Amino acid sequence: MQHDDVIWSIINGSFCSFKTRAKNTQKFCRNEFNLTGLCNRSSCPLANSQYATIREENGVCFLYMKVVERAAFPRRLWEKVKLSRSYEKALKQIDENLVYWPKYVKHKCKQRFTKITQYLIRIRKLTLKRQKKLVPLSRKVERRERRREEKALVAAQLDNAIEKELLERLKQGTYKDIYNFPQKAFENVVEGEEVDVESGSEEEDEGEPESESEMEEESDMDRLQGDSDSSEESSEDDQRPSTSRAKPRKPRRKVEIEYEHETEDLSRTKLKTKT
Amino acid sequence: MASTRHMDARMDDPDNLVPKPNISEIKNKMFRQEMYRKMKMEKKKMKIKEKKKKMKEAKASGEKVVKQTPKTIESMRIPDETMVSAEDEEVRLDEAIDEMAGYFNMETTPKILLTTCDRPGARTNKLCKEIKRLLPNTTLLYRRGLDLKKVIPQALSREYTDLIVINEDKKMPNGLVLSHLPDGPTAHFKLSNVRLTNEIKNAGEMTGHKPEVILNNFNTRLGHSVGRMLASMFPHDPNFHGRRVVTFHNQRDFVFFRHHRYIFRSAQRVGLQELGPRFTLKLRTLQKGTFDSKYGEYEFVHKRHQMDTSRRKFFL
Repeated sequence: MQHDDVIWSIINGSFCSFKTRAKNTQKFCRNEFNLTGLCNRSSCPLANSQYATIREENGVCFLYMKVVERAAFPRRLWEKVKLSRSYEKALKQIDENLVYWPKYVKHKCKQRFTKITQYLIRIRKLTLKRQKKLVPLSRKVERRERRREEKALVAAQLDNAIEKELLERLKQGTYKDIYNFPQKAFENVVEGEEVDVESGSEEEDEGEPESESEMEEESDMDRLQGDSDSSEESSEDDQRPSTSRAKPRKPRRKVEIEYEHETEDLSRTKLKTKT
Repeated sequence: MASTRHMDARMDDPDNLVPKPNISEIKNKMFRQEMYRKMKMEKKKMKIKEKKKKMKEAKASGEKVVKQTPKTIESMRIPDETMVSAEDEEVRLDEAIDEMAGYFNMETTPKILLTTCDRPGARTNKLCKEIKRLLPNTTLLYRRGLDLKKVIPQALSREYTDLIVINEDKKMPNGLVLSHLPDGPTAHFKLSNVRLTNEIKNAGEMTGHKPEVILNNFNTRLGHSVGRMLASMFPHDPNFHGRRVVTFHNQRDFVFFRHHRYIFRSAQRVGLQELGPRFTLKLRTLQKGTFDSKYGEYEFVHKRHQMDTSRRKFFL
C-alpha cells in the first residue's frame, strides 16, 4: 500500500538520497522526475503517488505521469506522452492528460514546459551564431615559447640586421641620388662588388623605386645630403658632421650653395609642418 | 683566515712557487665563493691570453688561421628541404601565378580592412589605431558580432585586398588573422610582446609617408609565402624621402615587427629611431583560401607534439 505521509516523514526527517542542500538555502531534490527541483511535500516524486513531470530529450518534450494503480509495477510506473512541437497544442495536450489532477501539478507542469521551450529556442538561435572555439593554453608551453622568444630576440640583433640591410640597399642604389656620400666611400664599394647587382629576394618590393624619383627636382651633383622633409627628430639630424667632413673635398663654391640649400630646406620644413 | 695562511706559504717558499691553496677547505662560505670567483676570472684571463698567442703564432708562421665560430642554434639548424635560394626558377614560376601575384605585378593596390574580435579591450583598440596609422589605406571596423564569413563578400565587393583581425584574451591582444582577400591565403599568428608607441622609450612621431619594407630570413618555401603576404599589405612605391622603414625579421620562427625612421650618417653608418608599435608574430596556421576555419584547406598547421620536438628545427 502507498502511504505517502509515512514516506514523506521518513524522507523529510531522516534521509533521502536525492536531497541536497546548498549552503544556507533551501533543500533541492536531484530526482530526475522532480517537477520543480525543490524538496517539498508536494514536489517529491517519491512521496506523491499521483505525480506528473515534463522532461526533454534531444529537443522533444514528453509528459510523464505516475498513478497509484501502477505503484506495484515500477517498470510501467511512468507513462510517457510525447508533446506536440507546437506550443499551444502541447499546452492543450497537457490539459487534457491532466484533466482531473490537482491544480498544483497542472500549473507546475505548464510552467516547466514553458521554460523548456524557451531554452530550446535559445539553443537553436545560438547554434546559428558564431561559436567561439576556446583553445586551452598549456602553461608549460606558453612559458617555453616566451623564453624562446626572448632568446630569439637576442639572437636576432635587430638593429644590426636592419642597419645592414639599409646599407646594402644604399650600396645597390635603390635610393638613387638622394644621398650623395663622398666619392671615396663609393669607390670602395664599387671595387668590392658589382654595381647594379639585382637584389635576390623577390619579396622585397624595392624593385620599383623608379616610379618616385621625381620627388625632388634638384640637381644631383649639388646636393650633398638631402633630407628635405621630416625633421621631426631634428636632434638626431646631423647634417653638420658629414658636411664638415665633406667640405675639403668639394670646391668652395659648392659649399656656399649648400648653405643656401639648408636654409631653404628649413623653411620648407616649416611650411610642411604648418600644413 | 685563509689569506694569512696563503701569505705564510708564500713566505716559506723562496722560489715563489706557491702551493695552490685548497679553496674547498675554506669553511667560510662567503669567502670560499669569493676565492672561487677570483680563480675563475684568472683562468679565463689565461685562456684568452693563450688563444691570442696561438693566433699570433699561426699568423706569424703563415699557416691558415681558422677562426673558430661558436655553434649557434642558427648554425646548427636542421636543414629544411624547402629552403629557397635566391634564384630558384621553380619558386619564381610558382610565385608568378600565386594569389599575391596581383600585387607584385602592380595590378592591385593594397586596401586593408582592420577589425578585432567581439568587445575589444582598451589595449586592443589602441593597437588597432596604431596599426591603422601605420598601414596606409586602412579602415578600422568595429566588430559588433559580425560574422567574418559575411564580412568577406562585402569587403570583396568594395575591393578590399586584405583583412586583418586582432584577437584578444584577457584584455590583451594575442592573435592576428591576416587574410588576403581575393581568395588569398589566411594566416593565423600568435601575437605577443606588444608595445605601443607610448610605451617605447624615445619613440618618434610617425608621419604619413609610404614606408619601405624589409623582410629578413624568410628562407623556406613557407616563409617565402608568408613574407609575400606580409609585404603585400604595403603600398608599392615607398617614399624614400620619408625614411620610414617597416621590418619583419624572422628568427627561429618568431617574426619580429619593428617600425623605424632611419638616417644615413655616412656611407657606413645608419641611425635608427623607433616609431610606432612593436610586436612579435608566430605563425600558427596557414590556410588556403579566405577565412574558413572549419572547412578550409590548411597548408600549414603548427602541431605542438609533432613539430616542437627539436630545438633546432624551424619552419619559416
